Amino acid sequence: MTTTESPIESADDPSSGGSPMLDLLSGFIIELRNAGLPVSLTENLDAMEAVKHIPMEDRDTFKYALAATLVKNHSHWKAFEVVFEVFFALRGSEYEISEDRFPDLDDMDDDQGDTQGQGQSQGQGGGGGEALSPEQLAQMLLDALRKGDQAMMRALARQAVRRYAGMEPGRPVGGTYYLYRTLRNLDLDGMMDQLMDQSREQAPDGQLSKFEERLERDEYNDRIEKLKKEIEAEIRRMLVADRGVEAMSRTLRKPLPEDVDFMHATREEMNSLRKAIYPLTRKLAARLARKRKYGRRGPLDFRKTVRTSLSYGGVPADPQFRFPRPHKPEIFVIADISGSVAAFARFTLHLVYAISSQFSKVRAFVFIDGLDEVTRFFDGVDDIGEAVHRVNTEADVVWVDGHSDYGHAFGVFWERYGKDIGPKTTVLILGDARNNYHASQSWIIKEIQSKARQVHWLNPEPKSYWDTGDSIVGEYTNYCDGVYEVRNLRQLEGFVEKLI
Amino acid sequence: MDPRFSDVGSVRADLEAANYLADDGIAGVVYLADRLQKPILVEGPAGTGKTQLAKSVAEISGARLIRLQCYEGLDEAKALYEWNYKKQLLRIQAERNSEIEWDTIEDDIFSDEFLLTRPLLEAIRADDPVVLLIDEVDRVEIETEALLLEILSDYQVSIPELGTIEAKQIPLVFLTSNNTRELSEALKRRCLYLHIDYPEMEREKEIILNKVDGITENLADQVARIVRSIRQLELKKAPSVSETIDWARTLILLGIDQIDAETATDTVNILLKYQSDITKALKEFAQSDEFSG
Ligand SMILES: Nc1ncnc2c1ncn2[C@@H]1O[C@H](COP(=O)(O)OP(=O)(O)O)[C@@H](O)[C@H]1O
Ligand SMILES: [Mg+2]
Repeated sequence: MTTTESPIESADDPSSGGSPMLDLLSGFIIELRNAGLPVSLTENLDAMEAVKHIPMEDRDTFKYALAATLVKNHSHWKAFEVVFEVFFALRGSEYEISEDRFPDLDDMDDDQGDTQGQGQSQGQGGGGGEALSPEQLAQMLLDALRKGDQAMMRALARQAVRRYAGMEPGRPVGGTYYLYRTLRNLDLDGMMDQLMDQSREQAPDGQLSKFEERLERDEYNDRIEKLKKEIEAEIRRMLVADRGVEAMSRTLRKPLPEDVDFMHATREEMNSLRKAIYPLTRKLAARLARKRKYGRRGPLDFRKTVRTSLSYGGVPADPQFRFPRPHKPEIFVIADISGSVAAFARFTLHLVYAISSQFSKVRAFVFIDGLDEVTRFFDGVDDIGEAVHRVNTEADVVWVDGHSDYGHAFGVFWERYGKDIGPKTTVLILGDARNNYHASQSWIIKEIQSKARQVHWLNPEPKSYWDTGDSIVGEYTNYCDGVYEVRNLRQLEGFVEKLI
Repeated sequence: MDPRFSDVGSVRADLEAANYLADDGIAGVVYLADRLQKPILVEGPAGTGKTQLAKSVAEISGARLIRLQCYEGLDEAKALYEWNYKKQLLRIQAERNSEIEWDTIEDDIFSDEFLLTRPLLEAIRADDPVVLLIDEVDRVEIETEALLLEILSDYQVSIPELGTIEAKQIPLVFLTSNNTRELSEALKRRCLYLHIDYPEMEREKEIILNKVDGITENLADQVARIVRSIRQLELKKAPSVSETIDWARTLILLGIDQIDAETATDTVNILLKYQSDITKALKEFAQSDEFSG
């Protein structure tokens, strides 16, 4: 195992040359930082203190104790957990893997895992698994799932991985491949059906109501999910044993929610993004409000000055000032909501409305090849997420064929709303400027810029893609005060903060 | 100061004896906070036992609970201390024509006698063991958090006129947040962080058994399962633990020992507060029963 030999980060690492535990910990913290998690020096020191009090053998408690000192943002928990599970995969007695990690290599190919006896695991794996036929294994698993027997499920998960994953040392395939092979052989969908059948048979009149059916299914789903977790954990342990911690951390590393690319987010990542947007907007709103408040000094606050003067025996020695009320800009958002950039538009609209108190007015327009004002969807609603959802489903944005046509959409905007733009208006245009080779009508943006306070363009594509293929963002750049790459929440947050 | 707990297991057991069901994470972080003498920031959805945790820890460690309930507009004068202006003014007036030097008067009016102690200072000055609960800290403005920093890192309060007051005993400090906004980095750095989510089904069942008098194991099990299933839906507001408890108590009052679709439908408004959530849940679980099976 190479885990303890991770390179020690020099400058800000307070623990170099300490005990084995501290060395281990500093390696772990390096992996956390590699995964993008911010770990401050204080937090590092706290973790070093924590491990003195919680033994590593209490695995769950140890994990939570480390997290308590190192992770201060719940949206980072997943990323922390991945690093933890990899880094400590082989630590703690019950998790050790004995010498013959890859039994039955030759016979384990595909579905014919029926090799009883020879070379089988020698007593490791929590018992109950030696020399089972696939049918026996399946039966035991079914029983364990029916009873919800966690210990048995763990033992059988190990057995199943040994038997079906077909893991070979040094083979450069990812864990998902092995997971897929194991699950295919276990046929968990089939097991679910059998479990449900059994439940129905046991019901008084041989059938379950919709309500009972649902609850029963949820329960078994929960158990099956736990089984899958055990299987994944076993595969991870074997992969770490084979390839080492660093390689596995790298393979399994996932971006933090704030770094997930809007354009390429998986469904699961979209969900975590949606969850991350709420706290982000609130944090941003608080910070912006503060910035406005403390930006400049206002007129003298007479009453406060008098009150403070009491500590000077009634002499107004420390004059207090009222905070100024700087004027607020008015915001027009014009957003492309065609397929590839829809997610980006959604998050940006969400953010802009979440901080709308920072503006005197917000109006929103969305387009594909036609354009529609959607301000009405946001009026008086408390759930911005729902309003944004309505924008995406109800706005009238198709003119001809539903393929992006920036030129036409800008034409509609100019004709209907151009007159509303004034010297207090800041215009945000959101889109990748992929225009299907239509005309750009960039003169409209030029006109807008001459009337507006500022025009900013946010592009969710990487800069290196701009002006390639049918992207024509360059044709608009001259008429914008700024054109920004905004591919993730972090960049979006950065832009919004600059805006105010 | 001696540690309050001997090991993680005993924290968990003691809490359970006080009717608080902790998991490994909760018990471990409480234990650690005591050993490291660090505050705990407890974050999570409303009604998941954050406030109760602080109360229960106070109970099991035989400490006095001092609570600062946060709200928008909370300031130094309500959180830390305040000079009794009225009394000070009276004293200044009373001495106006006397011979006493201003310096003396000043020393006098900025002494303990004129100090109004608020929860944070009270916790620091206490002689007896204290659990300090700073509840719903996300409600104060982010600037106000600065008031807490000195206490959280050094267990002391600086009063310009009096000097620095150091804690006589290190209080165990809990801050709770319903996560309505993100707290400052400075505050988080000073705390251990504990996220309390909705409990796993088994733990919620234990909570119900502990909190609801006269409930059977079987009914507690059903309640916990149904609540788990409902939380899996995408809802505006998922049921909290307190709502689970309320629901279980209602079922007991109604004399129900087996929950079917009809009882669930009739009482779901105790678990779910938004009409759209209720509609969704009924559609998923209860309606069109006649077509099934
Ligand atoms: N783990 C638990 N053990 C016992 N009771 C709990 C637990 N979690 C929540 N409760 C109960 O749920 C209710 C709400 O808890 P509370 O602490 O007020 O929630 P929060 O502060 O997180 O909003 C209380 O009645 C509490 O007793
Ligand atoms: Mg509370």
